Amino acid sequence: MSELLKISGLHASIDADGTPKEILRGVDLVIPPGEVHAIMGPNGCGKSTLSYVLAGREDYEVTAGSALFKGEDLLAMEPEERAAAGIFLAFQSPVELPGVNNANFLRTAVNAVRRARNAPELDAVGFLKAVRAATKNLSMADDMLKRNVNVGFSGGEKKRNEVLQMTMLQPTLAILDETDSGLDVDALRIVAEGVQNLRSPDFSALVITHHQKLLDYLGPDRVHVMAKGRIIRSGGPELAKQINEEGYAAFLKEAA
Amino acid sequence: MPAVTETREQVEKLGKSSYEWGFETDIEMDVAPKGLNEDIIRLISTRKEEPEWMLEWRLAAYRSWLKMKEPTWAKVTHPPIDYQDVHYYAAPKKKDGPKSLEEVDPELLRTYEKLGIPLHEQAMLAGVEVPEGEEARLPVAVDAVFDSVSVATTFRKTLSEAGVIFCPISEAIRDYPDLVKQYIGSVVPVADNFYAALNSAVFTDGSFVFVPKGVRCPMELSTYFRINAKNTGQFERTLIVVEDGASVSYLEGCTAPMRDENQLHAAVVELVAMEDSSIKYSTVQNWYPGDENGRGGIYNFVTKRGACRGARAKISWTQVETGSAITWKYPSCILQGEESVGEFYSVAVTNNHQQADTGTKMIHLGRNSRSTIIAKTISAGKSDSTYRGQVKIMPKASGARNFTQCDSLLIGDQCGAHTVPYIESRNMTARVEHEATTSKISEDQMFYCRQRGLSQEDAVGLIVNGFCKEVLKELPMEFAVEAQKLLQISLEGSVG
Ligand SMILES: Nc1ncnc2c1ncn2[C@@H]1O[C@H](COP(=O)(O)OP(=O)(O)O)[C@@H](O)[C@H]1O
Ligand SMILES: [Mg+2]
Repeated sequence: MSELLKISGLHASIDADGTPKEILRGVDLVIPPGEVHAIMGPNGCGKSTLSYVLAGREDYEVTAGSALFKGEDLLAMEPEERAAAGIFLAFQSPVELPGVNNANFLRTAVNAVRRARNAPELDAVGFLKAVRAATKNLSMADDMLKRNVNVGFSGGEKKRNEVLQMTMLQPTLAILDETDSGLDVDALRIVAEGVQNLRSPDFSALVITHHQKLLDYLGPDRVHVMAKGRIIRSGGPELAKQINEEGYAAFLKEAA
Repeated sequence: MPAVTETREQVEKLGKSSYEWGFETDIEMDVAPKGLNEDIIRLISTRKEEPEWMLEWRLAAYRSWLKMKEPTWAKVTHPPIDYQDVHYYAAPKKKDGPKSLEEVDPELLRTYEKLGIPLHEQAMLAGVEVPEGEEARLPVAVDAVFDSVSVATTFRKTLSEAGVIFCPISEAIRDYPDLVKQYIGSVVPVADNFYAALNSAVFTDGSFVFVPKGVRCPMELSTYFRINAKNTGQFERTLIVVEDGASVSYLEGCTAPMRDENQLHAAVVELVAMEDSSIKYSTVQNWYPGDENGRGGIYNFVTKRGACRGARAKISWTQVETGSAITWKYPSCILQGEESVGEFYSVAVTNNHQQADTGTKMIHLGRNSRSTIIAKTISAGKSDSTYRGQVKIMPKASGARNFTQCDSLLIGDQCGAHTVPYIESRNMTARVEHEATTSKISEDQMFYCRQRGLSQEDAVGLIVNGFCKEVLKELPMEFAVEAQKLLQISLEGSVG
């Protein structure tokens, strides 16, 4: 199969005070297995919206188009079914769960996904081993597992926690929504390595970013430029360099 | 952690009807005719082979009840209750009370087995599997009350060797009349309130605990209440007395069959804690809550009160309230002793059409007495829940402290949660703090959890258990696991 994800003519809107506001206006995108693709685009063009729609957030209404994941109708699935099928979204703003222990949350999630994938559940010992190895790779302090999910985490800790979840949940398609934003150089490298460690023919990533730096680490196969709810240009890694140097203005003019 | 998985399995197993304890036991019963009058009270007293003073006490309570009215200040509504349409006595048929487990009707033992309450001491000892790395836990002594009578009390021998009395209150009235006479009604007077007066007139069974000076009760004590018979009220009465320097941890659990009619439950619990003693009283209340349309369910009108009579005495109430159509319940502490301590930890969950008005009263009389109130209210469906709490500092209670934290969690937008604190401080040196929060499980939180592969039920379960953590950790460990399961089951169908 040459397509892991195939998005065609995707339109989606959100209810803004009673009137539908169209945000995605015909997105076309194909991600083959094993590839890393980047999406760049000005603030407010719909990048996060695309990631939410792919992950199944209910506030958005898909008004036209389709999204196939491993040949299946992604848009017909519940969010947890998409997660089980292999979609992982690293949130631009990770959500706090007061009172919910991070390790407990992670283990519940891992086992929910493993069950759905017909894999044996991890017992406490197996889980602990796996999660210790992962936190070490991500240079995370052990006490992060004891704290409540994202509560009181710094921006960088939240992002790392997302990468930890990604590592443990073993997705086939990871969507990273500005996971590099707000990270210092060391944290950025650690996060990039976290993604690189997962690279395999069975792992693809859709990386939403504003920065060249992360892409330097990841070496994307394709770069897409998004504007006003559509992909307006696609190309190789050189496209990212061009944006970095010239900004979006040239592309926007071209698209108009 | 495993509790979450178990919960999920349990929820799946339960399918549509989430009240797993709703079965009925077919057993021959000795039932008094419906209605309440002095003859019925005499009949109860006779059946229980009570001394004359007890009958007089009941009759006095009945006469004051006749002059009383149902309280109306709670935020609950129900059709009028016809007190003449209730059976006030129902007992499994048996010539004499069972002398040992061997004499208990096997059908009854099976009922408790089905409920997960093992009454065979042998089986209990053999059945305690100890997971690796965990210490072996002490067995729990159980008193099982079926409708109006106690059917079995386990581990009595072990307990009596330690000097602890743990027996049905009906038996205590016969065997330890002086102790009972001294303490019964001393914390909750017969005419304290409408339901307490009714209970005093007609109570049928319940547990009696006495821990003498300096003795730490060697095991958890537990009473398991079961309403089975139709149209029967359950009026149990529990009295726990702990002498100087003694301590006990006591747990009560309760369930009832699913029935379309409402059933009445009006219990009274009295605790007496002397100098340097402590009583930990935990409740997992899971009476039948009614169906999703609000049909049936238990009316749970309960008076629970403890008196810290000596210096440094401590009474701690922990309750997880998931059941009942209506809950009206305010476990309270009268802090008479210097530096005495009162605690109230509560989780109250309402779903569908359930109503709960629950909270506590902390009455500070002693110098430097302290109290802590942590109340967690979770409302889902079309339910309504009220925390009602009173903190009263009397003039002599210099240096008294109270801390109150009330948190409400709403699931969906058709339910209600209310916090009604009454604070009265009559001593300048006392300090009373009150904090309250209301939150909702947000769409963001649900989506985040589901994106990580959790079902909606698991997500709610995790968030709710997190919300209640401070209270659940107060429960004895095996019951904490049970309570977590209950929370999730009672919220089933509240999302999506
Ligand atoms: N809940 C909402 N209500 C109204 N407008 C929204 C909502 N969410 C997003 N938008 C709008 O949709 C557009 C795209 O947002 P988003 O997908 O977050 O952009 P990006 O991630 O590319 O910065 C923006 O104009 C934003 O204001
Ligand atoms: Mg965004």
